[in-house]
Amino acid sequence: MKGLASGVGLMAFILCSSLLVYSFPQSALAFILFESSLLLIYYVPTPGKIKLFLSSLVLVILMPFLGSLNGYYLEVAIQVGIYVALALGLNIVVGLAGLLNLGFVAFFAIGAYLWAIFGSPQANEFIPGSLFPLSPWWFFVFLPLSIFVGAFTGALLGLPVLRLRGDYLAIVTLGFAEVIRSLVNNLDKPINFTNGPRGITPIEKPPLFFQPVLEFFGFGASPASLYPFYFYFVVLFLVAMIIVVTRRLDNSSIGRAWKAIREDEIAAAAMGVPVVRMKLLAFAVGASFASAVGVVFAAKQVFINPESFTFMESIGVLAMVILGGMGSIPGTVLGATVVTVVNLQLLKGLSLWLNSLRQSGIILTLPFLGTFDLSQIPAQFEPAKYERMVFGLVLILMMIYRPQGILPPRRGEAKSDGAP
Amino acid sequence: MALLRIQHVTKRFGGLLALDRVDLVLEQGMIASLIGPNGAGKTTLFHILTGIYRPDEGEVCFEERSLVGLTPDQITASGIGRTFQNIRLFGQMSALDNVLVGMHSRIEHGFWDILFRRVGFNDGEREAQIQALELIRLVGLQGREREWAHHLSYGEQRRLEVARALASRPKLLLLDEPTAGMNTSESRALMSLLKELLGKYVQTILLIEHNMRVVMGVSDQVTVLDYGEKIAEGSPDQVRENQRVIEAYLGRAQWGVRASG
Repeated sequence: MKGLASGVGLMAFILCSSLLVYSFPQSALAFILFESSLLLIYYVPTPGKIKLFLSSLVLVILMPFLGSLNGYYLEVAIQVGIYVALALGLNIVVGLAGLLNLGFVAFFAIGAYLWAIFGSPQANEFIPGSLFPLSPWWFFVFLPLSIFVGAFTGALLGLPVLRLRGDYLAIVTLGFAEVIRSLVNNLDKPINFTNGPRGITPIEKPPLFFQPVLEFFGFGASPASLYPFYFYFVVLFLVAMIIVVTRRLDNSSIGRAWKAIREDEIAAAAMGVPVVRMKLLAFAVGASFASAVGVVFAAKQVFINPESFTFMESIGVLAMVILGGMGSIPGTVLGATVVTVVNLQLLKGLSLWLNSLRQSGIILTLPFLGTFDLSQIPAQFEPAKYERMVFGLVLILMMIYRPQGILPPRRGEAKSDGAP
Repeated sequence: MALLRIQHVTKRFGGLLALDRVDLVLEQGMIASLIGPNGAGKTTLFHILTGIYRPDEGEVCFEERSLVGLTPDQITASGIGRTFQNIRLFGQMSALDNVLVGMHSRIEHGFWDILFRRVGFNDGEREAQIQALELIRLVGLQGREREWAHHLSYGEQRRLEVARALASRPKLLLLDEPTAGMNTSESRALMSLLKELLGKYVQTILLIEHNMRVVMGVSDQVTVLDYGEKIAEGSPDQVRENQRVIEAYLGRAQWGVRASG
């Protein structure tokens, strides 16, 4: 009964915040309020079925609807999804198995370039005949293919570095990511595989197979306006799959073995955990997630170049995992969401606000201090320019006051909860 | 048939001879103790038995099969469980999960079974949990199974290590100083636990122990190491009387003063 009441309350909150976004489609704050309804759904104790219903209501119906009012929201949601998927992949390696990987973005790059090369005319450079770009339908072949390619490269990287621990492992993975980036940057000669720093474009998007259906029902829309929704659902599906896979692995002997290795490798081995195999598996699973997301990223961006896969990206994803709570799925999702939303909406919103103040020409008269012309605010004050500093500070504060992250894994989670 | 046969095992660390041609035979159904002053090579021998170290020379046979060159997890799967001198639990995992990790080699689900929750997965997990809870009850930690291991008290952690080691259903249980840091009543409880385990949960127990009350109270066979060399072996009474053992522990008698054990 109590659960039902809180369910109704949640519903009211969701509807109010969506109404707010509906009335003020340009307000970033209203949208953040709407996004936080998902967090509330997680926190408020209600039966799992109500939670599932409410969160799918928000994600499947309300989010695309509000996105149709302000296209930027959908863009934010897609970015959030991409980073959530990446962070969940890294969470398996760092959070569960305890293997510090500073080069996670390499697998993201591998997936992205996999589709970029074959989903654009680029492959004609080294494969005779003009077979490329492949038809958009191949996107759905490359998505599962990238999972295997990612898993394979992940295991390949894992093999030589398995004997390393802690700092040494971190350095080698960092080096691996730089190797991949340099390769991509320089493999434009003697044979042009990657087109080097100029990047690859145009990359095919997945096919709009449902467009005829929509037209049949009288929703004729241009592909350009349909794609954001399309990518939103592709990313949503991918994230849902990744969460299901992670949860299933986590609540099993594999997840327990990973955590045991994280806690004490020698003891884990002495308890019968095949340490080498389990580490390879962690590397492979994490890499396969990143690589699959890379394919979607390449298709969404249409253009990719090595600049998208720098060391700072790896660090950013790691920061999301640490911020949210290593080893915890809700924590990782939250960490990735908060970092991306703060980046794309809050800081940018504040910068815009500062700009509008500057251009307003208002002259403040402050008591005792004289007058201050707002147009004199230096451009260096824009919060968006302090993105790295803000996160550095947040991370330092977290390490001092809450080192386990915002939502650390719960105790006694051994209780298997059956479904996904 | 001997369960474990160690022959001429030698281990060097640089110039240090940690084990010098040590022989040891454990028969089924016995509790054996390994004693000796600090640095005698007892823990090194354990590490060799469990595959953490590889002997430089010699042979280790368990049920007539050689263990040399096997990895620690393979050795555990073949039937040897152990605890550690300095407790090595998985701190940020629940007590129950600690024991479940110990069952890893017995759980037969592969990656795809787990991913697709194939038939038998849920039953297997439930069965594993029931067994794990039984072991937790056996060592007297019932009600504490959801607690994180590093939140347990010292004595509880020692007992949880025993439960975790039993989870792989070992035939041979190796205990490295199980009563270290325990008071008299706690070590007495542990002694009766060991006697209860024998035959029911494990076939043979080998313990490293400094507490002579425990050693003399439970052991069928005592082996004494000193500077990597086996200096005595036999029943507790025989070892107690042995001149070399007394010298190793108390020093050589000088100026005509006899050290009496």
